[in-house]
Amino acid sequence: MDRNSHINYILQLADNALVLGHRNSEWTGYGPILEQDIALSNIALDLIGQARYLYQHAAKLAEAAGTGRVTEDTLAYGRDAWDFRNCLLVEQKNGDWGKTILRQFLFSAWQYFFYEQLQQSRDSELAAIAEKSYKEVVYHLRWSSEWVIRLGDGTKESHGRMARALEQLWKFTGEFFVPAGYEKELTGIAVDPAVIRPLWEDRVGEVLAEAGLEANPGAWMQTGGKEGRHTEELGYLLAEMQFLQRAYPGCEW
Amino acid sequence: MPPKKGSGNKGSRKKYDMTEQQWPLWEVFIRSKQGLDHKHAGSIHAADAAMAIENARDVYTRRMEGVSIWVVESKYIHATNPDEASSLYDPANDKIYRHPTFYDLPDELKHM
Repeated sequence: MDRNSHINYILQLADNALVLGHRNSEWTGYGPILEQDIALSNIALDLIGQARYLYQHAAKLAEAAGTGRVTEDTLAYGRDAWDFRNCLLVEQKNGDWGKTILRQFLFSAWQYFFYEQLQQSRDSELAAIAEKSYKEVVYHLRWSSEWVIRLGDGTKESHGRMARALEQLWKFTGEFFVPAGYEKELTGIAVDPAVIRPLWEDRVGEVLAEAGLEANPGAWMQTGGKEGRHTEELGYLLAEMQFLQRAYPGCEW
Repeated sequence: MPPKKGSGNKGSRKKYDMTEQQWPLWEVFIRSKQGLDHKHAGSIHAADAAMAIENARDVYTRRMEGVSIWVVESKYIHATNPDEASSLYDPANDKIYRHPTFYDLPDELKHM
């Protein structure tokens, strides 16, 4: 097994969590009501917490490989967009509340089945992180499912917004199930996306049906994020998120 | 247990009515790990019971305060009138014989 592939795989999972966590945190102080502001901020914190465990794990492996000093902070704040391995879905802009919720739902449904499988990983550190994170994701999925149904099956206005959001985001979901080059070499460590696909499709299909929403089954799917080819949104996100560490490297407060 | 297909509280989800400008108020009761009873924690806004439980979880159990949540719409809580407080509560003032304090307890008896 190639150590670089292993590190890239962990970074992919960490970047997913960090980027979506950051996106959600952009709502803090702006949520539609206080209760939901807190709910989404809680989810942001869960995701950033997951990212930290994963970055720490990746940093340990990288240092063991002799790449110099690597920490969770250098990984989160010191890499540029083409080094990030997150899938394209999580970097998409928040848009309105409906789009944010739908992005969370599509991702949480994936993460839910993914962490379920990852608990069997031969990498015991990854398996432990998956076990801890799974409980958090169970709630993320429950919460976001409720909202997708509530808004999809709500008023004409809310339904229209959800349908638009689905059209914008659906094309980024295919990437979950296309293994990147480095994933294919990690038998026993990585989760086989083919195992998750039918589970994800079933769950997402059920919730969308209850919400009165329909995805385009023949939609063309955009990929590339896992290999570092991103949409332009990620650059703006990193510019804001990394600014402080770029301007004052190693700064603590 | 993972959530059942899509949602845990199907029956209690209400169609959101756009004519209601604000979501109703709910009172939240939390039972802590050591506690035997649910205690009033505060109130939240929510469109229905399912959302009220989730909002209560997100607002009042972030620091591991609880293991069980009750919510009830505030309008269903009936309260005594503060103006009647003297007639309701003052008469108990001089009835100290209602307290079980006139017994000699054996030394072996603990936790009384």
